[in-house]
Amino acid sequence: MQRRHILQAGSALGALGLLSGCATPASGKGPKVVVIGAGYAGATAAKYIRMWSEGAIAVTLVEPNDSFISCPISNLVIGGSKVMADITTPYDNLSRRHGVQMVKDRVASIDAAKRIVKLAGGSELPYDRLIVSPGVDFMWESLPGMNKPGAQDKVLHAWKAGAQTVALRKQLEAMPDGGVFAMSIPMAPYRCPPGPYERACQVAEYFSKAKPKSKVLILDANDDVTSKGPLFKKAWAERYKGILEYRSKHRVVDVDAATNTLKFEFNDDIRASVLNVIPNMRAGDVAVHAGLATANKRWCEVDFLTFESKAAPNVHVLGDAIQIAPLMPKSGHMANQHGKVCAAAVVALLTGKQVNAMPIYNNTCYSFVSSEDVVHVASVHRYDAEKKTMLTVPGSGGVSSAANELEGRYAMAWARNIWADTLA
Amino acid sequence: MKIQHTLTALVVLACTGLAQAQDALQVRSWAAACSNCHGTDGRAQPGMETLAGTNKDDMVKKMLDFKTGRKPATIMHQLAKGYSDEQIVAIAGYFAAQKK
Repeated sequence: MQRRHILQAGSALGALGLLSGCATPASGKGPKVVVIGAGYAGATAAKYIRMWSEGAIAVTLVEPNDSFISCPISNLVIGGSKVMADITTPYDNLSRRHGVQMVKDRVASIDAAKRIVKLAGGSELPYDRLIVSPGVDFMWESLPGMNKPGAQDKVLHAWKAGAQTVALRKQLEAMPDGGVFAMSIPMAPYRCPPGPYERACQVAEYFSKAKPKSKVLILDANDDVTSKGPLFKKAWAERYKGILEYRSKHRVVDVDAATNTLKFEFNDDIRASVLNVIPNMRAGDVAVHAGLATANKRWCEVDFLTFESKAAPNVHVLGDAIQIAPLMPKSGHMANQHGKVCAAAVVALLTGKQVNAMPIYNNTCYSFVSSEDVVHVASVHRYDAEKKTMLTVPGSGGVSSAANELEGRYAMAWARNIWADTLA
Repeated sequence: MKIQHTLTALVVLACTGLAQAQDALQVRSWAAACSNCHGTDGRAQPGMETLAGTNKDDMVKKMLDFKTGRKPATIMHQLAKGYSDEQIVAIAGYFAAQKK
């Protein structure tokens, strides 16, 4: 056994030696990894596999978008204190500095038996290991009215940063003073638990300055605020009294986009000047169509040592698409952590080394309660070998004592650093 | 007998080397979890502390002070409590060895 390890390590070193140098482009020889989706998880995995294999593993990253647009900080664009350029990063460093082969396309299908990804453009990408990082897609079937022609162009989610972020900002700018902005929040789990409450703060601050007779109405399907509850409620009471109203246990069952009306399971209809419906979510279409979403047909179950799918060998799933471990949020920070754990495991598996038996990583999440003041939640997660999942380390983690401007500066430094760690 | 000893010593050395190599990969993975805020391999963007090439003992002391609450912080006291003292020493060693 020891001898076998030595031999494996020796051949792996040999393989690495053949193809050293960070910017070595993907060539015909050596293991091949395909990554689907260049968000916080996928882009990080692609970069770190290239770094940690010292260029020995070829990585192709499939992404339909031209550049990376960050969901974190995008609520500040909706509130008007930031612009799209502030949250946009090009992908060129991944190819130029790390030798990741970028392919601008959509995935048509995955053939896990033949280990081939078929692209919408017609080409096929063979792989030794596949990393699926598709983020979330929306369960429009749970809101029939949203499937009528034009409904999704009028009633926005803005829960994937991009064109909808800009469009929602424009709707708020066009809204006459005295109007109501109503936002609905789905049952957890959904991407970015504190995100809706941060967005409500941003819109309320905008109204307080530009449209003081207007109102923000939060309609939450959950029993209470799902993240940083006391801190958000304090901010609402102290900063946005008379502007912002929170209502729990309001589960939207349909939307009439023509009249801007929300219909609820138990409550009366609500009509608003601007609607923002955050729908129920599941793993991205690519993962669902490939049969990877084994938990309630919504989320993808994985082995937390490698992020390998429990449904398909040699296929790994990362980020918001996975069935989370207890107290693990669906966040950009966590997705970046998934990317690095998976990258290390994939490099180990493809070079005959042992996979790290004890991953430890953290989550930090900053929320802006105004354009400057911030609150955080932090946690540390450690692999539990007996339960085969990630658990929070007892005694670790916590939240801010109160919203403060210092953490506002740390939040922007966090953004600059995670964007660089993911993309530069 | 001497040859036997030498061989045994070589095998032991080789295995220890492998164990250390494995540990080194594990520590690299642990350290990578700090990079979200402190930059890839500890080389931070503006506004956050760079860890690459920083003195190991200083980093260990700071983290242990965060952990015990001796050093006030916004978030690091909560994160430091998630790591054992041995893990902190290993991770600090990784960052100290990185180029600035």
